[in-house]
Amino acid sequence: MAASVLAPARPREVRAAVERPPVRRRPARRAGGDGAAVFNHRILPYLLVLPQLAVVGVFFLWPTVRATTEAFERSNAFGLGTRFSGLSNFVSALTNGNYTQAIEVSLIFAASTTFLAMAIGLFLAAEVEQLGRARAVYRTLFIWTYAVPGAIAGALWLFLFQPELGPGARFLGLLGIKWNFALHGAQALSLVIALTVWQQSAYNFLFFTAALQGVPVAVHEAAAIDGAGPLDRFWRITFPLLSPTTFFLSVMDLLYALFSSFAVIDVVTQGGPAGATTTLVYQLYEDGFQNADSGLAGAETIVLIGIAALLTVAQFRLLNRRVHYR
Amino acid sequence: MQAVRYVGLVVFAAVFALPLYLALVAATRSAPAFLNGVPTLPGSQLLDNLRQVFGPGIPNSPPLGSLMANSAAMALGVAIGKLLLSVPAAFAVAFFRFRGRMLVFWLIFVTLMLPVEVRFFPTYQVTAQLGMLDSFSGLIIPLVASATAVFLFRQFFMTFPLELADAARLDGIRPLGFLWRIVLPLSKPNLAAVFVLEFIYGWNQYLWPLLVTSGSHTTVVMGIREMISAAQGFAVPEWNLIMTVTLLALAPPVVVVVVMQRWFVRGLTAGIS
Repeated sequence: MAASVLAPARPREVRAAVERPPVRRRPARRAGGDGAAVFNHRILPYLLVLPQLAVVGVFFLWPTVRATTEAFERSNAFGLGTRFSGLSNFVSALTNGNYTQAIEVSLIFAASTTFLAMAIGLFLAAEVEQLGRARAVYRTLFIWTYAVPGAIAGALWLFLFQPELGPGARFLGLLGIKWNFALHGAQALSLVIALTVWQQSAYNFLFFTAALQGVPVAVHEAAAIDGAGPLDRFWRITFPLLSPTTFFLSVMDLLYALFSSFAVIDVVTQGGPAGATTTLVYQLYEDGFQNADSGLAGAETIVLIGIAALLTVAQFRLLNRRVHYR
Repeated sequence: MQAVRYVGLVVFAAVFALPLYLALVAATRSAPAFLNGVPTLPGSQLLDNLRQVFGPGIPNSPPLGSLMANSAAMALGVAIGKLLLSVPAAFAVAFFRFRGRMLVFWLIFVTLMLPVEVRFFPTYQVTAQLGMLDSFSGLIIPLVASATAVFLFRQFFMTFPLELADAARLDGIRPLGFLWRIVLPLSKPNLAAVFVLEFIYGWNQYLWPLLVTSGSHTTVVMGIREMISAAQGFAVPEWNLIMTVTLLALAPPVVVVVVMQRWFVRGLTAGIS
């Protein structure tokens, strides 16, 4: 999938085919095409897909169905039995101040982490690409943060930015900033944004590096002969050529920021202060597990599935279109 | 110009590494060393701190040895489980024609839209209903279906020339023999790539273990929050112990990424995230 946006990640087979021209004229038949079956077997294929489908059925589809029914039900005052309640759970989510605040926080969080992680990742990838030597070393120095578990990254940054004692807090104090993210919502949100960017820029760096290697050198040389400066060449030639990767990464970063930030938030701020870092996922966790409101949590789950589906489909449509053009 | 570039990148790399460096400083000191701020250079207490976290540990949290073992079990379980499920499924979709093949394809595709952070609430209810709370099966099985792994293997299998399968069939090799003796050996790089990626995915899980386990199946990553609040409860906050645990918890995935970088990058850029 993503391979289709990254020229260097093309399978080895393609290169092999270029190096050794095929002897026969007709193209090789490949597995998975629309031609005749490779193997004929009545039961075996079903047995092979069964374990995967069993897990999908029990832990993906059944929960989705369950969330959907819960979203349209409301339990009565004593928690005994439920009745159909139409859209009332969705209405109460959307008219609830907590949830609208969570939407706002999620949007700010997702937009800023996506923009910053992409900008830093692209900058570092472009700079490292210009290096003569030691590229591999620099690559390692810029990707390791992606492997750090979110909760553990949270612990590292908590130590760094604990009010008063933390080195980060002291540094900010020298700049005249009174740092206490436990009291100031804007500070808490900036902290989780910075922490997420620290991790996610590594991912962006990696993909931009792969994409940059696919930009033909000849184009650059031609532009240089025409008198274009390095910055000009970057913004007018390289950057447009990177656009499939840029789009892919913006979707991946949004998905990551919206859905994978729970650990960081739970360790560093627990959604506070006063909901300033409560994202949609964190709000769902609170409504489902701390407030034990299954109707509301079901409705919020459906909203999240909708957002994830939208982003996933957007991505696949673009990738498929590119495949057609090639 | 090149010199400026090298220096600039070194500065960036240093900023990225700063939290890790300070954790190392803290892990090599004793708790009172932080009362006037964090020292700039590492000390000599690392062994004492290691002995402390692996021995008596941090109050109210399970022994660190078992936390690490649980994390390893979960990471290996998720990584191996994903391979065991996705390879046969991709093999079936790529090499067989059967009724419902497109339906199977779409059922697998749908899981892309349902990461665990989206479906955790109802999935928790289902897992509880099945009596799988506080067990390794509850920790691992709900996470082992991966559309991205299936698609990666399917895409790779589709580059196989059909003549290979025809030849195998003429030689009397059955489908499973073909999978075992020809497809799997040729897939080693992809198996390694998916394994590395999913090991890290499994090790780094936080939300799911937090919901389905308590006590004996706690992992080190999810245990960190409790440890932080326990260690901060002391008159002198035990940041040295927290940072020691932190280094131990981040070492496996970070070492795997650095050492097996090639496989990690391959898996990631082949469309798994």
